[in-house]
Amino acid sequence: MIDVVMPQMGESIVEGTITKWLKQVGDKVEKDEALFEISTDKVDSEVPAEHAGILKEILAEEGTVVAIRAIVARMEAADGSSTPAAAAQAQPAAAPAAPAPAAPAVVAAPATAAPTSAAAGSVRSSPLVKRMAREMGIDLGQVTGTGQGGRISKKDIEAFTAGGGAAKPAAAAPSAPAGRPVTPAGGYDPFPAAPDSRFGDYYVEPLSTMRKAIAEHMVRSMHHTAPHVSMIHQIDCTPIVKARAAAKDKFLQQNGTKLTFMPFFLKAAAIALKEYPTVNASLDGSDVVMHRDINIGMAVALDWGLMVPVIKQADGLSVIGLQKAVNDLADRARKKQLKPDELAQSTFSISNYGGYGSIFGTPAINQPNSCLLGLGALHKAPIVVDDAIAIRTICYATLTIDHRLVDGALAAMFLEKMRSVIENWSESVL
Amino acid sequence: MTAIAAVETETQPQLSGPVGRTCLWQDLGRVDYRAAWDLQLQHVEILKKREGGQDCLFFVEHPHVITFGRNGKDENLLVSRDRLSHLGIAYQETDRGGDVTYHGPGQLVCYPVMDLKRWKRDVGAYLRALEEVLILTLADYGLEGRRDPSATGVWVGDAKVAAMGVHLSRWVTSHGFALNVHTDLDYFRYIVPCGLARPVTSIEQLLGEVPDVNQLRTRILERFGTVFRRAMIHSGSDRIEKGS
Repeated sequence: MIDVVMPQMGESIVEGTITKWLKQVGDKVEKDEALFEISTDKVDSEVPAEHAGILKEILAEEGTVVAIRAIVARMEAADGSSTPAAAAQAQPAAAPAAPAPAAPAVVAAPATAAPTSAAAGSVRSSPLVKRMAREMGIDLGQVTGTGQGGRISKKDIEAFTAGGGAAKPAAAAPSAPAGRPVTPAGGYDPFPAAPDSRFGDYYVEPLSTMRKAIAEHMVRSMHHTAPHVSMIHQIDCTPIVKARAAAKDKFLQQNGTKLTFMPFFLKAAAIALKEYPTVNASLDGSDVVMHRDINIGMAVALDWGLMVPVIKQADGLSVIGLQKAVNDLADRARKKQLKPDELAQSTFSISNYGGYGSIFGTPAINQPNSCLLGLGALHKAPIVVDDAIAIRTICYATLTIDHRLVDGALAAMFLEKMRSVIENWSESVL
Repeated sequence: MTAIAAVETETQPQLSGPVGRTCLWQDLGRVDYRAAWDLQLQHVEILKKREGGQDCLFFVEHPHVITFGRNGKDENLLVSRDRLSHLGIAYQETDRGGDVTYHGPGQLVCYPVMDLKRWKRDVGAYLRALEEVLILTLADYGLEGRRDPSATGVWVGDAKVAAMGVHLSRWVTSHGFALNVHTDLDYFRYIVPCGLARPVTSIEQLLGEVPDVNQLRTRILERFGTVFRRAMIHSGSDRIEKGS
């Protein structure tokens, strides 16, 4: 039988009232289906079932005030297996905060962190299972996961302890999609354990698949592939501010979408890439792959992470065409509608942190590119023009280079070309 | 790369303000209670299903309505339901926490639909944060809002100026708070607000004048952004309903 307990709803909440049972004794309950409703001061909540099964017994009737972690019902698991009553399993949402006075003993102090194997960081398991393992002193790297994708479940831990700790084949669990191993063959671990980060009041969430991919990519790019160096140019953007101002109303009218500065920078970058093709190249082993296409990736911030959709053959597009491509890709990135090939085959990338107010940055390279352009916020500043102080709209453009392939001088020449294109911008957009 | 969007460079660079998660907001104007509830539920479903759904916040003003929370006690409604309909006051049972309350013209009602898994999984902290938003906002008007440890809501002196009630479904919030701006307080006499026999007040009553509601909304948004660490982004209705 599985115990269903009153979930912990927050640090200051020690009890709640059962307001409604949404299932009756004998009902079949799906995992994650709302099982009952509780009420704490001014907040009503639905409590979902942690397991699929059949509701066998209701111990706390509607209207009863119950301490958190107290058992309120019992269920029979769908697969007929019984699990030991572990209060902690009832609510993964609960922070392992101070145990409530009325609670059955719940160990919340991982005082003696179990030693973890190097692979443990990449083992797939829930925070609950990880905590169980820590509390039981089990190295998850030694446990064979039988769940989907090698995921380690509570059952696997139980089987492991029952079997006295059967050894596991060495292969790391496959984790990220598209065949990208979380622990690449290079042997470095992007997710080393940091047990001393677990102090005070906290809760643990698994890293999302996207975040894992980003983390792995960043560690690989910055620490295992390319020595990063950044060069920064100041660009007087006044000419493109004028060009944009002249065109933006008509552009909005004609296209139903705003004209931003992004396509101007894309255009200037494409021109500079044509002139300095090494900036557009990739390093594959000791081969320099010189791309004839200019495919510019653009970083799009999402609430759940980051994507870099690619504008293919950007050098063939006008400012209007570039703006449309930018809007279309960013929009579909946010709607999760990008096709895989729209995220691949970039030869160069741009990161526009200026949109969020940063003046300049030192961004990381998007592999397998050798360079990335970072754009700081356009802002008005006093600068010296013809020995007089003038107020101009400027921005700082950063080029981060893979110093194995590109040197500072080339980076500066590339930025100088961009600067000259933007500062001499004269063509009208429409 | 650093986490960046490539699209929204503007001529007016924003060099300060809250950065981090975004929260879309919208002012729906005068909306029937049930319709506003349905809209919240739609968005709750999106947030429950999709990891990437955006938090959002709706401002509304309701026509006269008396609502009952799950803990509502009949004795806190002081007139019969027939009498209510005669008075032109709708009656609605809801799934929010709390007892009985009144909504009506002149009240600024705010419904944040947020995934608390991305903030704090703590309902107490959530209520305290909503109170904080209001206390900071009131301070902008020189009013000293305060908490009462025994009664959620925001009080000035001994009178309640804002009431709260929340529903959670897998840590996604609905309902929220109602701030009396220039509410006709007479309507509260038909109920025992929140089951507490204590007076109710409004900003108008406290200030002696009606504040500009647009400005008040802006201040609430600023405070909300600060307290919850969200960039508050105004949204067209289309965008929120699609949950993009």
